[in-house]
Amino acid sequence: MNKQFDILVIDDEQVIIDALNKICSTEGFRVDSSIEAKEALEKLSRNSYKIIVCDIMMPDVDGFEFLDETIKRKISSPVIMTTGYSTVENSVRSLYNGAIDFIPKPFTADEILNSIIRGLRFSEIQKKISSTSSEKNDSTIIYVPCPAKYFRLGYSSWASEENTGSILIGITDLFLKVVESLEELDLYKIDEEIIQGNQCAALKSKDGLVHNILSPVTGRIIERNEEVLKEINIIEKDPYFNGWLYRVIPSESEYELKQLIPCSSDRF
Amino acid sequence: MKMMVTKIGSKLILVVGITALLTIGIFSYFNIRSHSASLLAEVEQSANQLSETVIHSTRYDMLLNQRDRINKIINTIGEQPSIRTVRVINKSGAIIYSSHQGDIGMLVDKNEESCYACHAANKPLERLPIKGRTRIFRPVPASPRVLGIISPIYNEESCWQADCHAHQKSQTVLGVLDITISLEEVDKQIQKSEMEIIIFAITAVIALSFIISFFVRRWVVKPVNELLKATNQVGVGNLNYIIKDKRKDELGMLARSFNNMTQKLSEARMQLFQSDKMASLGRLAAGVAHEINNPLTGVLTYSSFLLKRTENNPELQEDLKVIVRETKRSREIVKSLLDFARQSVPKKNEADINEIINRSISVIENQLTINHVKLNKNLNANLPTITVDANQMQQVFINLIVNAADAIGQSGGTISISTALITLSPYGITHIKKAICPKRHDLIDNEYKIDGMPSIKLKIISSLGENIVHFDPVYGRNHHSTVINELKDDAKVVCPQCSSSLMEENEKCPQCGSPIFNFEIPSQGKFEACTKRSCGWQRWDAVDNEGKREYIEIKLSDTGCGIAKEDLTRIFEPFYSTKGQKGTGLGLSVIWGIIDNHNGTIKVESEINKGTTFTIHLPLKHVR
Repeated sequence: MNKQFDILVIDDEQVIIDALNKICSTEGFRVDSSIEAKEALEKLSRNSYKIIVCDIMMPDVDGFEFLDETIKRKISSPVIMTTGYSTVENSVRSLYNGAIDFIPKPFTADEILNSIIRGLRFSEIQKKISSTSSEKNDSTIIYVPCPAKYFRLGYSSWASEENTGSILIGITDLFLKVVESLEELDLYKIDEEIIQGNQCAALKSKDGLVHNILSPVTGRIIERNEEVLKEINIIEKDPYFNGWLYRVIPSESEYELKQLIPCSSDRF
Repeated sequence: MKMMVTKIGSKLILVVGITALLTIGIFSYFNIRSHSASLLAEVEQSANQLSETVIHSTRYDMLLNQRDRINKIINTIGEQPSIRTVRVINKSGAIIYSSHQGDIGMLVDKNEESCYACHAANKPLERLPIKGRTRIFRPVPASPRVLGIISPIYNEESCWQADCHAHQKSQTVLGVLDITISLEEVDKQIQKSEMEIIIFAITAVIALSFIISFFVRRWVVKPVNELLKATNQVGVGNLNYIIKDKRKDELGMLARSFNNMTQKLSEARMQLFQSDKMASLGRLAAGVAHEINNPLTGVLTYSSFLLKRTENNPELQEDLKVIVRETKRSREIVKSLLDFARQSVPKKNEADINEIINRSISVIENQLTINHVKLNKNLNANLPTITVDANQMQQVFINLIVNAADAIGQSGGTISISTALITLSPYGITHIKKAICPKRHDLIDNEYKIDGMPSIKLKIISSLGENIVHFDPVYGRNHHSTVINELKDDAKVVCPQCSSSLMEENEKCPQCGSPIFNFEIPSQGKFEACTKRSCGWQRWDAVDNEGKREYIEIKLSDTGCGIAKEDLTRIFEPFYSTKGQKGTGLGLSVIWGIIDNHNGTIKVESEINKGTTFTIHLPLKHVR
């Protein structure tokens, strides 16, 4: 009975299930699907999945309730949220509640594939951590958690308040480890507006995948780190200090920072 | 006159009536009392005189002891209708003469009430004042009242020396004359005047009540009813009802503040209506976005998947790339629709006006193309960013462009949008939003607007009388109300509420030497102006000191049907629409509100069948 799958797709639209099935099968993944969240939860109790892709707007049990249920049941499979109603609130709420990524609909094949590949790597790293901590062998540090006073959006980007009122934005070490080898970084221009939960930068890894970075806060870019554009390795070497991406003037930092996960909660 | 039972009116009339009744009642009571007292005193006086006359006229006959003659005199006097009895009583109490023959020879009791005044101490008193000698009594109950007067007959030399030797020298009082007079006539008179006074009192009270009710109706009931009618109108949702009553009393002030209140209320409701519209549009957009995004996901995933799988088929790739590109474009359009609809609390941020204009255009570009409208953009690429609420500004531009497209109609035309950075002196454009007199009365009059802005209300007192002038609220523009053309030399500008002078005594206009006046603009110093209209000199130091300011100018013109001159002044008023049933009439007034909220100005110029141009000026730095 107990089958092994790579991906579980939950969406109330059959066409999306079909599309994802096709895209992922071609890449060699084993895909299972469900048209509603209740059925998916039953499947989760029977089978194991490496990653789940879940729609938010669904009749009966919606994506957020499903996400809460997986966390309550301690299901280790990471969840990627998608929705046609792609608002800032949905994006930030998904990531705050434990989803590892948020992909607004409509998405291209590559966008969802890259996110799934990252998710699979993320779950491998999580497995490695649990295996090393069970062996009581702390000598190999897998990734550096973000400093205590920082805030993070999901596990991907961090924000840090400066004394002057501006905010620094960067990428977490875990995300960099998931992406693996960096090749190119694409940043927005100075004076452009970035919005919380929306794309603010793109990372290209050596395997040719493009990874969108979601901004942790809304604001106007007043400075960007030209150093990392010249020498991308700085990010990998020092993601939390020298490897920052933007300095922004936030528009609503007080409210927005509350929607982020404080990094102090990662310490144990 | 139609009798309306209005509670407050009838209460007032009742209270006034009762007060009048009480006052007049008390007054009448004392009046009747003093009147009857003086009447009685008069009767008393004449009775006393009569007694004296009787005593003196019978004196000689007494001396001669001519009893028949005395009898005759007394009888004659006693026959007068007002005189009841005339009696002479001797010392021992026997009636010796009487107008009633039957009484002669009878004895009177010394203890009788009429005698008691003198005989109380058994020894007769010799002299008594008139009051003590009179008595008022009813001989038989229910008979008319009677006044009795007793006059003593004193012993004199001639009496004891008379031949009859009837009296001795030692006697002082020889007897008394007792006259009783009927008070029937007097009582009738008193009754008559009582009646008169009561009739007067009743007439006075009724007349007073009518007068009071007339004025209460005029001053209280009518305006209160008008107010009531107005509140009822507001209650059923008609916020455009205006009380026309322009009286100067407290109720007039109440009516004015009521008008002001409903106006504010209707503005607030308008905003609410607008935000409600935006909210339902938001819900609609959200629903549409969700519904469209799902099928779009199908298209985008399959097409991009195919694109990946056909890398060695360049012909197919080209076509697939078009599908992917156009689907991505649809994705952006839906996203911008969502962003537009999600109009949250007004928040001002640094933003690029050009970008907002471009975003607005992208939302309605299709509609313009369908209507054959050509769009000319002439945006200055070097504009600095400006602190605005991007969503609200986008609403402004979308509304203006839609209006322009509507004005052009189906036949086609051109809409031109240009932006520029300009520098303007504050003179001629700064809007005075607050003004107060030295006693802190508000001078802004929301009821009289000049070019859409509430005017400043001033009173002019001169030898020609008093006048109200509505002062143009734009610094240096001088579009005042046309009530007065030139002020007399003795004219004074005062506050219309407290009449405290606004004149500046020691200064003269630096341009023409006429007297000048000023008022305070809260937190922005003093505003001075020349009283001579043809001069038009004004000074506002606080604003002048800030110097010239930079503005972003946005010009939006169309080649549409234009707006008639008489409509131009009204287009920014709420519910004013030239679109008939099509529009809500809210657009331009909301736009005006948004621009005003950004301390900017919006102007309109139009020519029928040639087109309309809206010019918006947004200040770069924020003012208080």
